[in-house]
Amino acid sequence: MLKRTVLFDTHRAAGAKMVDFGGWEMPLHYGSQIEEHLAVRAGCGMFDVSHMRVIDVAGAQALRALQLLLANDAGRLVPGKALYSCMLREDGGVLDDLIVYRVDQGAVAYRLVVNAGTADRDLAWMQQVRQERGFDCEFRDRTDLALIAVQGPYARARLVRAVADLGAVVETLGVFCAQALDRWFIARTGYTGEDGFEIALPSAQAVELWQALAAVGVAACGLGARDTLRLEAGMNLYGAEMDESVTPLESGLAWTVDLRTAREFIGRSALERQRAAPHLRQLLGLKLLDRGVLRSHQSVATAQGPGQVTSGTFGPTVGCSIALARVPSGVAPKDEVSVSLRSGAARAVVCRPPFVRNGRVLA
Amino acid sequence: MSNPPELRYTESHEWVRTQPDGSVLVGITDFAQDALGDLVFVDLPQVGKTFVAGQAIAVVESVKAASDIYAPVGGTVTGVNEALKDAPEKVNRDAFGAWLFRMQPQDIGDVGRLLDAAGYQTQLDSVK
Repeated sequence: MLKRTVLFDTHRAAGAKMVDFGGWEMPLHYGSQIEEHLAVRAGCGMFDVSHMRVIDVAGAQALRALQLLLANDAGRLVPGKALYSCMLREDGGVLDDLIVYRVDQGAVAYRLVVNAGTADRDLAWMQQVRQERGFDCEFRDRTDLALIAVQGPYARARLVRAVADLGAVVETLGVFCAQALDRWFIARTGYTGEDGFEIALPSAQAVELWQALAAVGVAACGLGARDTLRLEAGMNLYGAEMDESVTPLESGLAWTVDLRTAREFIGRSALERQRAAPHLRQLLGLKLLDRGVLRSHQSVATAQGPGQVTSGTFGPTVGCSIALARVPSGVAPKDEVSVSLRSGAARAVVCRPPFVRNGRVLA
Repeated sequence: MSNPPELRYTESHEWVRTQPDGSVLVGITDFAQDALGDLVFVDLPQVGKTFVAGQAIAVVESVKAASDIYAPVGGTVTGVNEALKDAPEKVNRDAFGAWLFRMQPQDIGDVGRLLDAAGYQTQLDSVK
């Protein structure tokens, strides 16, 4: 039996095509994935991302636990600020990628938002580490919350029009910052390459917010558009660009790994060994020059050796097929490579993601 | 959308329209385009090539996935719908109008042995 979010009936009533996504029955699109994609680039769209898991970290040693668990340094966070990080195994393999917010609300010091498909494993891992090290902290599984992302250049204006009470927070919130308002938690974060907000709120209030947003013209968008938007934005998807078999250093995420300070974290020694070794694979973008569609697992032939597409699709804003691919060291932007498409070999040009940011085509 | 009664159908969701000259136009059904989602690419067969019934003859790709199209009957490709190369979304808008390719069947009788609209609908109902 697939799990359903509190918005399930709302999606069905809107004509959504529902699919199994990591054990959840989620909307793929509400008619046209491309129209939803373009609505976010040019206006404003909303996504039900309640399948993602909120985990609150409370207790005196919350920070110490997170500093051991995460490859990025949560110690850098001032209250109200967010940080993107990977959580690693000892061998540097990626267990999950997540966002950590410093909240400082009562006993709760930090809030994590993790992927749906890995949430249970994440929690078990965090509990295990906490127990082994005897940290005085607690991980609270917040399955009582729903999550709605409002994304696009008009996200701010539409959100204020839909919920007037949010005005003071939404107008002043900085990029990658978050603020609590009563039982709501509003973050200026997203997964589309556009301005926008992600709102965690009690499940019982989610339908009302969704309908208020729809009433002011915010387009309901499915996970299909979410995927093409994030790929154009050059953002990784757990399970596609990274999993336990690769490290952040091979996944375009070296910038999220803190090796400058002396902080001990799980996976650090493996990453330092890997960094010292030559020929580290790298994650770069591809734009297809010939006709066809790039897809995950297609092989890439480069002058430096073979690589593989990790995510590929048609980019509605870019107007051609784009991909992220793991390729050998030495491959550089503007190189021409050959990809084995379903219809035969095709030429692609290497570029540095993102392909699109704030509505503009960059790569 | 209902399936036009004048067409013939395959279990793999192609439709076949017989032309006055005995050739057939082949497309994908509305059910198929809806299942695929927005189409972004079609790879059409080479004119002059011969295929047997059930052989993979073309590929349509949506934002979601790639899908093979199978020759509904044996025969030779005599034309392709060039307009789809730059506008594959025509298939989403009008699945029963936007044909993919034209074939000259080896045996015109094969077309009559395909599913009719009612038979195809029965198949759709049975998988729902």
